[in-house]
Amino acid sequence: MISAGNPEAPVLVRREWCKGCGICIAMCPKKVLESAPDGKALVARPDDCIKCETCEIMCPDFAIRVVAKKAAAPDQGREAVRGGR
Amino acid sequence: MARSIDEYLRARFMPHIWCPGCGHGIILNALLRAIARLDLPNDKVCVVSGIGCASRAPGYLDFNTLHTTHGRAIAFATGIKLANPDLHVIVVTGDGDGAAIGGNHLIHAARRNMGVTTIMFNNSIYGMTSGQYSPLTPSGRLATTAPYGNVERNFDMCELVKASGANYVARATVAHARQLSTYIERAITTSGFAFVEAVGNCPTYFGRRNKLGGPVEMVEALKKNSITAAAAAKLDPAEIRGKIIIGEFYRGDAPGYIELYDGVIERAKEAAGK
Amino acid sequence: MAGKCDTRARLLQGNESCAEAALLAGVRFFAGYPITPSSEIAEILSERLPQLGGKFIQMEDEIASMAAVVGASLAGMKAMTATSGPGFSLKQENLGFASFTEVPCVIVNVQRTGPSTGLPTSPGQGDLMQARWGTHGDHPVVALYPSSVSETFDLTVKAVNIAERLRVPVVLLMDEVVAHMRERVIVPCEDEIEIAWRPRPTVPPEDYLPYEAGPNGVPAMADFGTGYRWHITGLYHDTTGFPTSAPAKVDQLVRRLCGKITNHKRDITFTWDEHMDDAKVAVVACGIVARSARRAVRLAREKGIAAGVFQPKTIWPFPHEQVAEIAARVDRIVVPEMNMGQLVGEVQCAARGKCEVIGYSRVDGEPITPEEILAVLSEV
Repeated sequence: MISAGNPEAPVLVRREWCKGCGICIAMCPKKVLESAPDGKALVARPDDCIKCETCEIMCPDFAIRVVAKKAAAPDQGREAVRGGR
Repeated sequence: MARSIDEYLRARFMPHIWCPGCGHGIILNALLRAIARLDLPNDKVCVVSGIGCASRAPGYLDFNTLHTTHGRAIAFATGIKLANPDLHVIVVTGDGDGAAIGGNHLIHAARRNMGVTTIMFNNSIYGMTSGQYSPLTPSGRLATTAPYGNVERNFDMCELVKASGANYVARATVAHARQLSTYIERAITTSGFAFVEAVGNCPTYFGRRNKLGGPVEMVEALKKNSITAAAAAKLDPAEIRGKIIIGEFYRGDAPGYIELYDGVIERAKEAAGK
Repeated sequence: MAGKCDTRARLLQGNESCAEAALLAGVRFFAGYPITPSSEIAEILSERLPQLGGKFIQMEDEIASMAAVVGASLAGMKAMTATSGPGFSLKQENLGFASFTEVPCVIVNVQRTGPSTGLPTSPGQGDLMQARWGTHGDHPVVALYPSSVSETFDLTVKAVNIAERLRVPVVLLMDEVVAHMRERVIVPCEDEIEIAWRPRPTVPPEDYLPYEAGPNGVPAMADFGTGYRWHITGLYHDTTGFPTSAPAKVDQLVRRLCGKITNHKRDITFTWDEHMDDAKVAVVACGIVARSARRAVRLAREKGIAAGVFQPKTIWPFPHEQVAEIAARVDRIVVPEMNMGQLVGEVQCAARGKCEVIGYSRVDGEPITPEEILAVLSEV
């Protein structure tokens, strides 16, 4: 169970990649996301997340990761990018 | 999913070049998730593109990547596939790149059943050059070169590629991203030529000029205006005019060029030995 | 090639000589589009390449065949295409891409009389400048120009080797007459000729900088699919291969690309001459015209005219230094050519007014005869 304030938030937003298009906010069936004052996505109601991954799949900027059992966290993922210049 | 899509991104170049809300990112996301589900090693994938917004995709991908000349990606990809058939060669192209200047290469690769997967990022417009009409701009729509409305008719790319002989032909929109990713996965596993048209949204040029709203409105409109191939089959043409028909239009197993040419090599060696 | 090889004399057609030499030099990929007078090269390679495990494909057009050649080369095969004037025009776009992205390849242009469809089965030498400047922008390119079937064999091997060593497109300019002529060729064995390959990376993938120049200005090239995941783009790029528009890096790249040719000019310049030691009048000619010039010079010598002949086999980069040296010691240079005067301009540029330079053009689709050149040599 993930509760409010849990550091293991179910949805992570990479703010530096987010362009604030609002698609994730509109597509989330549980209205977990909101627009921050700068227009970027904000996880407002983490408790309501059902991990459907719609936000992650619909994000045009690769800025959202839903932390599900099998998915890697964005930070781990970023470290995994290597080589192949 | 065996891998994370982060393993396939050259994260140091992010955020990408595309405008806020551009559907191209959703299509690329669907492509990477398909590759991840297939558990393909980075070294075994080659992504080739031409020129245009969609064609900027390879730079962000940690594969063997090639950003070529306008419209020619499939022809470059053909050479790569022939020289190294072990590579999964994927072409990303736009509606201008792939249906206009590169249209001939597309139909001939389909005719040959060349072992290349082509994903057409269809945003109905030339985005990189700021909004001219493309062969996939719907009739009547406005563009910077169609200020009085587009009088040209648009191609049905899936019908075209199917008629040309591809082994796999499908269409989905960015509003159907899961379905789109599934189609791309099937396309990659198809031997022979595979084609997926991904209908997206260009909020900056197509959307703004045609007063279609922002990214959210455009994605919602794609969902609302789509109809499955199965449902479309039961309606008469007037009822489906202006709709986007989504689904798989063809799945075949005709032998691909690569395997047929293996036969040529065998026969040639035999002839030389005589 | 399996089995014992014997160096042997063969009667070959020019196009056949080109195809056989390409195979010997290691070409294993050909993509092309039918066009007279080059089609025999495609026909022969469609038969011969699969025998050696290579690949042949007839593409939908000339543009596509040039693209496929670049793709195959990137995936590790020595690759070639062949065409003629109209097709050479279409190939320019992706020839420029190959030049800019440093992908080794050979483009054979069996010239015919142009412009446009022109005279499809008649010789012409109107593509000299197109071979150098056909694609847009400053770019490196090498062009070799044989005058006989035997030279075609030799220069085809050299074209493949230069393309590989310098990672540059090499154009083999041929004359229709040479392409369709049959002559004796001493075909060497594989171990009797030098066969070059592109420089390969010696560092692990994580340290690989695909456009970092090696000691000779040529970067190491990894084949697609071998663990070196690099990016290739027709945009200006830095040593990593990724796009840049930083003025210093843009400047550095174009200068290095052009420098690859100028810095290796001595290694890639091939010429032939006869009777030049005491010549007072020199004939500078290339391709089939050099053959007529050779005969004309011998006839002139019989008449007591101190004539000599100089044939640039490497047409680009043009051997300015040699021509300048000739200009300094002769009274006149005569430049017969089957166009309205493309070579003569280059010769004038090299001669820098040190001697008189006279052009002679024949543009009726017929080769220039020795007698025509002799007549020019006899005029004083």
